[in-house]
Amino acid sequence: MSRKIVVGFDGSDASRRALDFAITRAKAQGDSIIIAHVLEWSPYSFLTQTELEERHRRRKEELQRAETAILDPEMKRVQSAGVPVTTAMRYGHIAETLCRIAKDEGAALIFIGRMGESGIAARLFGSVAATLAQVSPVPVTIVP
Amino acid sequence: MTRTMNSFTRTLAVSGLLGAGGALPAAAQGIDETVNQIFANSTGWFVSLIFSSFPGTNVPWIVCWLVIAATIFTIYFGLIQFRAFGHALALVRGTYSDPNDAGEVSHFQALTTALSGTVGLGNIAGVAVAVSIGGPGATFWMILAGLLGMATKFTECTLGVKYRNEFADGHVSGGPMYYMTKGFAERGLPGGKILAILFAIFCILGSFGGGNMFQSNQAHAQLVNVAGEFPGWITGLVMAVIVFLVIVGGLKSIASVTEKVVPFMAAIYVGTALIIILMNYDMIGTAFGQIFRGAFTWDGAVGGAIGALIQGFRRAAFSNEAGVGSAAIAHSAVRTKEPVTEGFVSLLEPFIDTVVICTMTALVIIITGQLVTDPETGMFILNEAGTQIQTASGDSGVALTSAAFSSAFGWFRYVLVLAVVLFAFSTMISWSYYGLKAWTFLFGEGQTKELVFKIIFCCFIVIGAAANLGPVIDFSDAAIFAMAVVNILALYALMPIVKSEMNSYLARLRSGAIRKFD
Repeated sequence: MSRKIVVGFDGSDASRRALDFAITRAKAQGDSIIIAHVLEWSPYSFLTQTELEERHRRRKEELQRAETAILDPEMKRVQSAGVPVTTAMRYGHIAETLCRIAKDEGAALIFIGRMGESGIAARLFGSVAATLAQVSPVPVTIVP
Repeated sequence: MTRTMNSFTRTLAVSGLLGAGGALPAAAQGIDETVNQIFANSTGWFVSLIFSSFPGTNVPWIVCWLVIAATIFTIYFGLIQFRAFGHALALVRGTYSDPNDAGEVSHFQALTTALSGTVGLGNIAGVAVAVSIGGPGATFWMILAGLLGMATKFTECTLGVKYRNEFADGHVSGGPMYYMTKGFAERGLPGGKILAILFAIFCILGSFGGGNMFQSNQAHAQLVNVAGEFPGWITGLVMAVIVFLVIVGGLKSIASVTEKVVPFMAAIYVGTALIIILMNYDMIGTAFGQIFRGAFTWDGAVGGAIGALIQGFRRAAFSNEAGVGSAAIAHSAVRTKEPVTEGFVSLLEPFIDTVVICTMTALVIIITGQLVTDPETGMFILNEAGTQIQTASGDSGVALTSAAFSSAFGWFRYVLVLAVVLFAFSTMISWSYYGLKAWTFLFGEGQTKELVFKIIFCCFIVIGAAANLGPVIDFSDAAIFAMAVVNILALYALMPIVKSEMNSYLARLRSGAIRKFD
């Protein structure tokens, strides 16, 4: 049975490794891949007046840039490997948004790369991988 | 008669500014004196016009204008500020925001940005002026003005979003200029263009006055209070250079940092005020007794109950800017399909600004016993000139607030300096934007035209810091209230549009057509 795998992708080497791993799994099991790119965003941040005015334009530019620079090339790569692929782009808290994409798309698995965060920063802010492992509605694979 | 109010503030300015120092080196103060003279002479007529009283009374017509408007909007929209309060909080929390719109300006962001433009020296210095002239009773009228002003703010911000201009590249420009021209045309009313031009002119003046000179002036007063006497133009020049770097040099990092620090300063300010109030919990009853008694009876304050009312309303309007039209510019950037939702969110602004923050300042001043009373009669004692209530420290304006807070926590005066400078700075940045929008409405958008405005804006920062508080506060109030004269006229003309928007939205909210997102 064909399942959907959500791959959290931010353009980093770790996320590329996660995608590579997802491609081999998908090939072996006949699954499809959703490349998910989340732009970190909080509706509770503080902006200046000029930032407010330009926000809508900036958002359009950011989405366009992510599409052409990050998602398009990766999509071609997955397609050429013979795996069915779609993309998703959202703003929000990274772990929560990945969960929401998985839920909305009816995905069976989430793959992400490990960022290798450790020490004080990870303790204070928590890592995406750790949060995801705790809140995800589907099994999560963390690729080192 | 017409100059009564102005002479009050002018006298207290002198006592406030000179109170901290003493004899000053004549040469160093020379520039300040010249600037002050020229400034006072050239703006006097405008101030007299705005603050003239009804014949035979000492009630300024402009104060009545604002209060009557706020009352009419409150009745016309059926106490919307109370009915929609809960829904406004839900909107700010994001309960009704579509997750697919994430990345656009949220209601929370629009509200906090608009607040950083209004929460400023009006809350710290303005309240001290009101209480020291009008007595504790001024607090009551200030709170009432804040509550009524919520309806005015709701009206103007709904219109601001509804009639904003959206440009092809995605940026938006909104504000009273746009609802005056487009809204009037839509209703087939004449005169929209003239009102818009008048508003734009007053908005530019307001951006130089209350949004600029008053801020740099009081920031300097507070610095002097801590660091000792030095000429005002030095403070002005430093602030002008920083503002220049931000608005002309595009040094966004400074503005972003301010934008993030200001909310925390506001929280520290309110938190400290609460602690001081709780420390003196046995005085809370007495303080509210003084507030209610002073609001309706003669307690020895300048002008009695009427004086308290005028001061309370005047400082509330200056602080929360309801009816002034500035918030309509600030809120119009939010992206929403329903303009009225931004109106709901904006009605929280006068509540936070006036009902919460201003009241905290007033309570701390009253509770810490800054206002001197006669131990036998319980009446307040006026200073020698009879222009304000004698204060324990002999201060007024921001120095009085500082004295009140420092009486509980000595270190707080240093926190207050930081707060005042940051608030002043964020208010200036906000008002430079409002002024610029009015400027581009008049002269069109363009690099050179915008640069001219920005340079003039920075010059006024220096003038404001160098001039005395009296002429500056008079001109600041006059320019901002002149905006309200024009803006409220337009609000009356367009309020049926807001009402139909509101009714349609509330009906859909009740029927469940507008739903929550989880």
